[in-house]
Amino acid sequence: MTDITPNQPPLAKRSLKWSTVMDHTVLILGSLFLLVPLLMVLQTTSTPDLETIKNGPGLAIGDQLDDNFMAAMFKASGFSGENTGMRMLMNSMILGIGFAIGKIVLGMMAAYALVYFRLRFATFAFWLIFTTLLLPLEVRILPSYEIAQKLGLLNTYTGLIVPLIASATATFFFRQYFRSIPEELVEAARIDGAGPVKFFIDILVPLSQTMIAAMFIIMFVYGWNQYLWPTMVTTDEDMYTLVRGIKQLTQDLEGTSIPEYGRANMLALIAILPPVLIVIFFQSWFVKGLTESDK
Amino acid sequence: MKRAGFTTRWLPILLLLPQLAVIIVFFYWPAAQAVQSSFYLEDPFGFGSTFVGLDNYTYLAQSAEYAKIARFTLVFTILVTFFSLGLALLLAVKADKVIRGAKSYRTLLMWVYAVAPPVAGFIGLLMFNQSWGPLTELAKSFGWDFALGVNSTDTAAAMVLVSVWKQVPVNFIFFLSGLQSIPKSVREAALIDCSSAMRRFWDVTFPLLAPTGFFLLIINITYALFDTFGIVDVLVKGEPGNNPLTLVYKVYVDGFRGNDMGGSSAQSVVLMVLVLALTVVQFRLVERRIHYT
Amino acid sequence: MAQVTLNNIRKVYPNGNEAVEPLSFSIADGEFVVLVGPSGCGKSTLLRMVAGLEDISEGTLSIGDRNVNHVDPAERDIAMVFQNYALYPHMTVRKNIGYGLKNRKIPASEIEEKVQEAAKMLDLSQYLERKPSQLSGGQRQRVAMGRAVVRDPALFLFDEPLSNLDAKLRHQMRIEIKALQRRLGVTSIYVTHDQVEAMTMADRIIVLNSGRIEQIGTPAEIYHRPASTFVASFMGAPPMNLIEAQIKDGRVVIGGETPVASASGQGPVTMGIRPEDVEIGPTCDIPFTIDIVEELGAHRLLHGKLDGQDFTIHISKDTEAVAGPIRISINPEAVVLFDTKTGIAL
Repeated sequence: MTDITPNQPPLAKRSLKWSTVMDHTVLILGSLFLLVPLLMVLQTTSTPDLETIKNGPGLAIGDQLDDNFMAAMFKASGFSGENTGMRMLMNSMILGIGFAIGKIVLGMMAAYALVYFRLRFATFAFWLIFTTLLLPLEVRILPSYEIAQKLGLLNTYTGLIVPLIASATATFFFRQYFRSIPEELVEAARIDGAGPVKFFIDILVPLSQTMIAAMFIIMFVYGWNQYLWPTMVTTDEDMYTLVRGIKQLTQDLEGTSIPEYGRANMLALIAILPPVLIVIFFQSWFVKGLTESDK
Repeated sequence: MKRAGFTTRWLPILLLLPQLAVIIVFFYWPAAQAVQSSFYLEDPFGFGSTFVGLDNYTYLAQSAEYAKIARFTLVFTILVTFFSLGLALLLAVKADKVIRGAKSYRTLLMWVYAVAPPVAGFIGLLMFNQSWGPLTELAKSFGWDFALGVNSTDTAAAMVLVSVWKQVPVNFIFFLSGLQSIPKSVREAALIDCSSAMRRFWDVTFPLLAPTGFFLLIINITYALFDTFGIVDVLVKGEPGNNPLTLVYKVYVDGFRGNDMGGSSAQSVVLMVLVLALTVVQFRLVERRIHYT
Repeated sequence: MAQVTLNNIRKVYPNGNEAVEPLSFSIADGEFVVLVGPSGCGKSTLLRMVAGLEDISEGTLSIGDRNVNHVDPAERDIAMVFQNYALYPHMTVRKNIGYGLKNRKIPASEIEEKVQEAAKMLDLSQYLERKPSQLSGGQRQRVAMGRAVVRDPALFLFDEPLSNLDAKLRHQMRIEIKALQRRLGVTSIYVTHDQVEAMTMADRIIVLNSGRIEQIGTPAEIYHRPASTFVASFMGAPPMNLIEAQIKDGRVVIGGETPVASASGQGPVTMGIRPEDVEIGPTCDIPFTIDIVEELGAHRLLHGKLDGQDFTIHISKDTEAVAGPIRISINPEAVVLFDTKTGIAL
């Protein structure tokens, strides 16, 4: 026994090291696969367009970042001259934030009603609400468009945001969350003399802070990244969001003799960055909110 | 409902009202309308419509073009689901194994989650640019003359690649958190029972991860069917032409561009049935999940 | 301060399940009553009906002179301590304790005064700014107590408040709660499944089993004169020995020969005897076989067979015993007899 033991540690160490190297190699390759395209886009925003047109993305970091940024933010693509990057950024913000807030407010209210009240038609309301989880907007896109048209909602922020809210994802999250809160809490609150409104404001909302934050991140990203619905419902260029404007960018690149890759790619970056930064910065909340959805 | 629910009558109704209103106007109404107009033939110039019964459906069933698109969608969905799940699982298992740096890798691998599908398509266009795209060059060095938008196989390959690229992070996040929620004691028990890391993975880790996998499978199929719209639209540059299309894209093209409301609605209804079937499968699987926990 | 009266209180759930059969009892002003029973016996439901968290299906409940059947929990002048404490996680200790008072629109200065007083009483003064997550289990328990005390209620309700604590802390809190109740003199109903808690804390114990009252009595009565075999085996650790015996000619006979006590009647009977009411010694008259000696330091438990039936004996640490046959004698004064069929004490 005593003869064998001294030999073992180095052996174990060596094999451990080897597999660790493998693990890291795979992870680094995976990270490169995901990140290199983004880095290439970033690179082309720093070089002159002629350089990009000749050689494509390279390694050199150029000095055009400022110029391209200014062009992306303040130069318009279309005929109206309305859809500058600035304008689209604002529209994207309105869509992302409006969508997230709308989802959270409606979802919390409905979930509160379903979980904490004795309601005669609760089962019916439950099914009415949760059936919406079954069918994505894409399969009812045309009639939705017609209804938005009938209601005069084309090219309005209401028309952009509200139809997207018509699904119960947030309600579902909040319902799950509320159900996980110990029952004794509402009982203690009732003995402490808190009515339904007080309980909601004093206890439930502060208690749900993390959940609300996670929900906000997920919904903001989801809203920001919407494409099909904004494409249909907004035709005025001053209503375009960044993501909606992407197609126009590709058409711009096709049509001209010297395509403005610097500006176009900068706009793409501006469309990517806000949601990415939120997701990265609030990673732990976001992951928690996302992965708890399947429980 | 909680044991000691509040008994106030009007408040819950007031709380439910906004949600119900939005759902009824923008979910049930359009869904019902889709079903209804799938039985009508609408005049392309907007002069009324005629009831045609199941004509729109029989037309779809006989359409060779529709069959082709359905077949492509099936292949596309299988490829996207398989590769994005497989790659994400590999990365998650590795990230779970490295003790130091797991969080940094998670951060690096998460970026793309927040990229919108059409923006992903835009980046795809860049990568596959005919004259200097890095991936076109790469393909060329293997003797593959890649021509996005010209050769339909090449276009399809680009669609799959971009869709996988966009979907890996979500799957990775779920797989990693699934792996991390496997109790340490179970891993230690496996470590004592079995010396081969490979066997441990297939005998213990993989079955315990199966619930997450089932859930993701459905998510990925839905993603490939619907959420890839933006990728497809940008990669084909809004020109269907001879390019491969997915079913959702066809709904959009026929209804919005071709003004064939009836045909497009019938396609919508077919998709609805498809999604409902998927959901039933999902619920079945959810029931099975419970039995693990 | 108040007297509490339950008159034919019954609980039936909408699915037809009868959680509590009609039962009546009353609690005197300042009395500490413990409801004890196995899980699912209806003790918590009963407490929650008193609190107003559960509707009363039938019967009347009064606290003081007031019928409170349809009074809101907040208006019943009660305070409740929950098993998981139910502290508001986002509020500081101060806010947790003061929340009920704030809802009663009591001026802030008065709330502050009362919170300080309660905190001092419960040794919480230096923790007032902390959140519940920064407190130990015992401290959280005390905050829950503080929340109850500060309301100055007519009735305290405790729903298994100690079951989330470890054994040592539980013992300590048991004494603290009892002392506090004594000091404040507030009528209290305390629900537990732990018979030790029931024995040590109660003025009076109510033993519940499947929605029915098995026995009401002081701890001593319950322990020494159980009203049924259920009570006999539920209360006490180890529980009372229950032996199938016969009554022959005015004597209780085990195994057809050895008479242990006198009794009237004839035929089969279940004999109950506490393990500590048995003595061992060479001169004793009943044969017994020890299978296992359980050493507990302060005393020993001898597990074995009496007339082929499981039987436990409690002996002092000074008495030696080893596995094998011995002789024992049973204190006839301590014998309780039960009807073999119904399990009810004769």
